[in-house]
Amino acid sequence: MNTPLIEFKDVTKRFDKRTVLERVNLQIYEGQVTTIIGLSGSGKSVMLKHIIGLLTPDEGTILFRGQPIAGIKKSEMVALFSQISYMFQGNALFDSLTVYDNIAMPLRETTNLKKAEIDRRVMARIEQTELTEAALKYPSELSGGMQKRAALARALITNPSIVLFDEPTTGQDPVRKNAILSMIAQYQRKFGFTAVLVSHEIPDVYFISNRILALYDRRIVFQGTPEELENFDHPFMDEVISSLESLQKELTGLYSKRQFEILNRAQLKRKSAGESYCIIFFSLQELNIVSTQIGYDVTQEVLRDLGLYIARHFVVIGGFSTRRHTNEFITMLPYAGFSDAENILKEFVQDFHGQIIRSIQMGACKLPCGEFLELPVLAGVAQGKSTDDVESVIAEAKMKQKIIGRIHCTAGGVEK
Amino acid sequence: MSNKIANASILTIDVIQTKIRKREAIDVVAVNRQESSESNLTGKILALILQFFAFLGRTVIGWVGNMGAATIFLLLALGQTFRRKQFSKIIRQIYYIGARSITIIMLVSLFTGMVLGLQSYYALVKFGAHGAVGSLVSLSLIMELGPVLTAIMITARAGSAIAAETGIQRISEQIDALYTMRINPIKYLISPKIAAAVISFPLLTAVFDLIGILGGYISAVLLLGLNAGVYRHSTQVYVVMSDITNGFIKSIVFAVIVATVCCYQGYFAHMRKDSHGAQAVGLATTSAVVISCVLILISDYVVTSLLI
Repeated sequence: MNTPLIEFKDVTKRFDKRTVLERVNLQIYEGQVTTIIGLSGSGKSVMLKHIIGLLTPDEGTILFRGQPIAGIKKSEMVALFSQISYMFQGNALFDSLTVYDNIAMPLRETTNLKKAEIDRRVMARIEQTELTEAALKYPSELSGGMQKRAALARALITNPSIVLFDEPTTGQDPVRKNAILSMIAQYQRKFGFTAVLVSHEIPDVYFISNRILALYDRRIVFQGTPEELENFDHPFMDEVISSLESLQKELTGLYSKRQFEILNRAQLKRKSAGESYCIIFFSLQELNIVSTQIGYDVTQEVLRDLGLYIARHFVVIGGFSTRRHTNEFITMLPYAGFSDAENILKEFVQDFHGQIIRSIQMGACKLPCGEFLELPVLAGVAQGKSTDDVESVIAEAKMKQKIIGRIHCTAGGVEK
Repeated sequence: MSNKIANASILTIDVIQTKIRKREAIDVVAVNRQESSESNLTGKILALILQFFAFLGRTVIGWVGNMGAATIFLLLALGQTFRRKQFSKIIRQIYYIGARSITIIMLVSLFTGMVLGLQSYYALVKFGAHGAVGSLVSLSLIMELGPVLTAIMITARAGSAIAAETGIQRISEQIDALYTMRINPIKYLISPKIAAAVISFPLLTAVFDLIGILGGYISAVLLLGLNAGVYRHSTQVYVVMSDITNGFIKSIVFAVIVATVCCYQGYFAHMRKDSHGAQAVGLATTSAVVISCVLILISDYVVTSLLI
């Protein structure tokens, strides 16, 4: 791969006698979303603060585009840091200023823009982050989620090329967490900045990250794609990932991808050659329209509820489900033949039509009066033999998808 | 350009602070080592003496280091005073530090003047010198009590607020946030406060002097029956312009000291060794007020002896 944007070489940092980072080596590439995972207190924030220059390493060097930061001229340093924004874990909003003033501050203090131009840019960001009603309130008057969004708006106001997010989702409920993550992912695609996240949200961060860095026992023990992390064999996986994953399962009833694979393997081993199983593939389409027209929260609520619904429906007949991608779910039915599976799916469709997903209705569409949105729900079934590769069966199910229902949103309420 | 220098210098102050802490840690280790190797009585006594000197050295080096850091801090802030976009911030700080202190200053000065009038009347009347009450009241107010009491009152009212506010901004990472947004925290937070203090202190001192003299008039003339013309005459004749100027010079010196100490204590609240978090802010506020008051009185003596 090309030269990393930011590279740590043997970086060691101590606070008094306590070593927080020990000979840390890592690379962050331009235009990617890189997520640093690790237990709390393992030095993730310390690592981020090194990137922006709030802390300097005791040993080792930090390279920026292959150049050691320590050797960069002061004037270039200012230009370099001006491209980086930092979103603090505790938001670090100025509590004596309104949300508007907080977001406008970087522009007012560091640029010579006209008042009208500043106003235009700030209002645009405020609208994008759905803070219009809170613009003139003080941070202490806002909920935790709104404060986070205000901090995000402030971090993005200068159109930075690198944004560092220090635990952007702490203290948020599961729906908001995903809403914030998908907002980051969408902005990242839209503006093309390089994002570095510190997060505990496993597996949710996998969906938006290009690269994962795992910090464990003062060192980086893993660097690579989320898929590679699934196959990573290290105490880190048992201690960190598993504990976070089981928590996730308790919350949603869905298995993580890794747990799903382990279950799969266990099921397949039990079968004698020639026995078959079925995979049902679900996906929800046109989510972007919902995100842009109604909001990230509603999208996440729809996804979560669909996931919960699928998991609960199939678990009673021995199926287990996982979320594969942002809008894709798979269910494994280990004991069903193809016709059984089709019948099961039919029942599911009837059941699905008979019920209304409560929280989508609660989330009441913020659509203008008279307009409506339709979200097609797709499903496909495929049969596999115990000797077949699971991935190919999944791909086949994906191919066979057809519309099984539509979630219909109209102004003021939702029906299917 | 200035931003770069300032940012570099902020780091310099951080480095000084860190060095002070490291030095202290080394001293403690050295003393501990000494303790363990010596076991007999003489050894113990020697260790005690060594410990005493280590403590003394540590404290003094700490003071000197802090004084140096505070001086750099002050110079950095002064260097940022006449930059763009600072004017409105200075005006706002003058409102908080100066304008909102007027009531308390007027109240305190009124009673100070009244008690001065009362005391000096009874003291001077014994010698038949009650004609000098006016000059005694006004001179002591203008030369000494005005600047000192104003400075102490503002320290209590605004200085503590500055230290607490800056301290909270520090521990809630707002100062770090400024740094990450490329806004020089010293320019944005500290410089306007010091400039505002330098402007407000002499003005408030003038208010203090005036109301104090009126207070003396109330007690000596209106309550005790001294002749109004005598009071006015002795005030006019014995107070000369240089007395007033000296009073103002003092108040400017106090302004610089109070503003620097209070800002410095708050700004480095996170580097305190004795506590963390909210407690550190509390202790920073306390030490800001105590150190300011002590320095006001010490520098009062120094400045007076230079001016006389």
